[in-house]
Amino acid sequence: MRTEMQAQFQYRAATYMYLLGMVAEPVIYLVVWSTIADQSGGAVGGLTAGQFAAYYIVWTLVRTMNIVFTPYGWEWRIREGQLSGQLLRPLHPIHYDVAQFAGGKIPWLVYYLPIAAILTVVFHPTFDVRPAEIVVFAVAIWGAYLIRTFNQSALGLVTFWTTRVGALFSLYIVLELLLSGRLLPLTLMPGWVQTLAWLLPFRWTFYFPIEALVGDLSNAELLAGLGMQLFWTLIGIGIFSLVWRHAIRRYTAVGN
Amino acid sequence: MSEPAVHVDGLLKVFEVAERDEGLKAATKSLVRRKMREVRAVDGISFEIEPGEIVGFLGPNGAGKTTTLKMLSGLLYVSGGEARVLGHIPSKRERDFLRRISLVMGNRNQLQWDLPALDSFELNRSIYQIPRPDFLALRDELIELLEVGDLVRKPVRQLSLGERMKVEIVGSLLHRPDVLFLDEPTIGLDVTMQKRIREFVGEYRRRHGATVMLTSHYMADVEALCERVVVIHHGRILFDGDLAALADTVAAWKTIAVALENGAGDLSGYGEVIHRDGDLVTLRVPKAETARVTARLLAEQEVVDLNVEDPPIEDVIELVFARESVE
Repeated sequence: MRTEMQAQFQYRAATYMYLLGMVAEPVIYLVVWSTIADQSGGAVGGLTAGQFAAYYIVWTLVRTMNIVFTPYGWEWRIREGQLSGQLLRPLHPIHYDVAQFAGGKIPWLVYYLPIAAILTVVFHPTFDVRPAEIVVFAVAIWGAYLIRTFNQSALGLVTFWTTRVGALFSLYIVLELLLSGRLLPLTLMPGWVQTLAWLLPFRWTFYFPIEALVGDLSNAELLAGLGMQLFWTLIGIGIFSLVWRHAIRRYTAVGN
Repeated sequence: MSEPAVHVDGLLKVFEVAERDEGLKAATKSLVRRKMREVRAVDGISFEIEPGEIVGFLGPNGAGKTTTLKMLSGLLYVSGGEARVLGHIPSKRERDFLRRISLVMGNRNQLQWDLPALDSFELNRSIYQIPRPDFLALRDELIELLEVGDLVRKPVRQLSLGERMKVEIVGSLLHRPDVLFLDEPTIGLDVTMQKRIREFVGEYRRRHGATVMLTSHYMADVEALCERVVVIHHGRILFDGDLAALADTVAAWKTIAVALENGAGDLSGYGEVIHRDGDLVTLRVPKAETARVTARLLAEQEVVDLNVEDPPIEDVIELVFARESVE
């Protein structure tokens, strides 16, 4: 983790550019939904412009935290033989990835704060936060990180069998956009989508952390949400471990 | 008797590769019916290496050298046969095993590209759980041996190829591996750097008693470091033994380089003339005839200088490849 922090602090400008690019996505959603809310008498689906602003500003922080090593990264690593260096160490590559990306979060959080301040000044979010919500949020963003890590890494291992992981990842992103709260708050989605979202892990990678901070969940609901994140993390670890055991036998260490 | 550091018996590695002809028609056809070919990269090899030995693996490109090292270091699963390193099955990649081996491959980066090497060394200390006093002592020893003191504070990306190779080697040895796999460690380096690395490997082995398996295209690497050489070609071992014994077994001749006083006449009666450059003639003679031919030349010709040499080891190795078997 420390090594990645040092690396991230080396490239301040690049990190800022990346963060600004990432913030563009939620700002677009925010502007669109705020406009619709204003034009619909001040609210859409029970959410005011101020609540949309709060949702998407917290979204940017959650998004910063749940960036993980993607299937494209696995594809590159396997195809170019870069996995060899990691396989020679007495440390599972996933352990390395979790630590590396977690270490990167700390400097990114530092860079993110001024961006959050600007967004707050510009969009006037409505915040009504309890201490318990802050604590649960601080844990939930790491839960979101772990669920996405293991899901996307399991997907990345498909590269051992096929070079078509890009197509599978695109499908994953579409599902995530619709079912995670990444595109819009899940309460605005049709009932069947909300039901489906409860049955899949995506909800716990975006919507739950955001809802924990800006929603109105009871303490029991907050704890239950953390429990669901733990459940999906363990599922993700299980699937990854199972696929890894079969995948690594196919490694041909090409490239070097 | 202690267990061998490396034990290999009937080791086999088979790859399935897709192949097709060029062109769009062939590409379209391969969508429906892909033609696969089996490549036996390593074809049933067997050998043992005792602790502390240093063994050279020689072979042309595609011989199976690197594939063998990758199986022994746990990167590749074996297709058949048995491999044990320090009593472990490499493909299981147990932590205790990985902590005791190192694979250094020429032109490969294992250090963090954007950070000074010292930071990567610290990361390795953490990964290998090296006690700090041991880590600092060995790190400083390696830095001194390879003379990289002024390089380890620079980002790795700013180092030249040779400098990077040296710091990579330091990083690969910090956990004091008992078995060192070196895959063409001097490839692409200049002559001075090659010599430096050879000296270092020899010195490291002398100090720490490591077992070393080295693959190389450069005979100088093998001649400088290896007591024993394994020649591999098309996935099979053609020779396993002393380098000197290889020449004795395969190339039963010597070369005599003779410089004559007043121009060389016809020397074909003494042996096979393999090179002539003015007054300097090089003859190839059967080993058993060397003394007799030398005495005749000295008695019958006006010899200014005469050298008797074993055949260049490159020629011997080429002969091994050509024969593809050594009795």
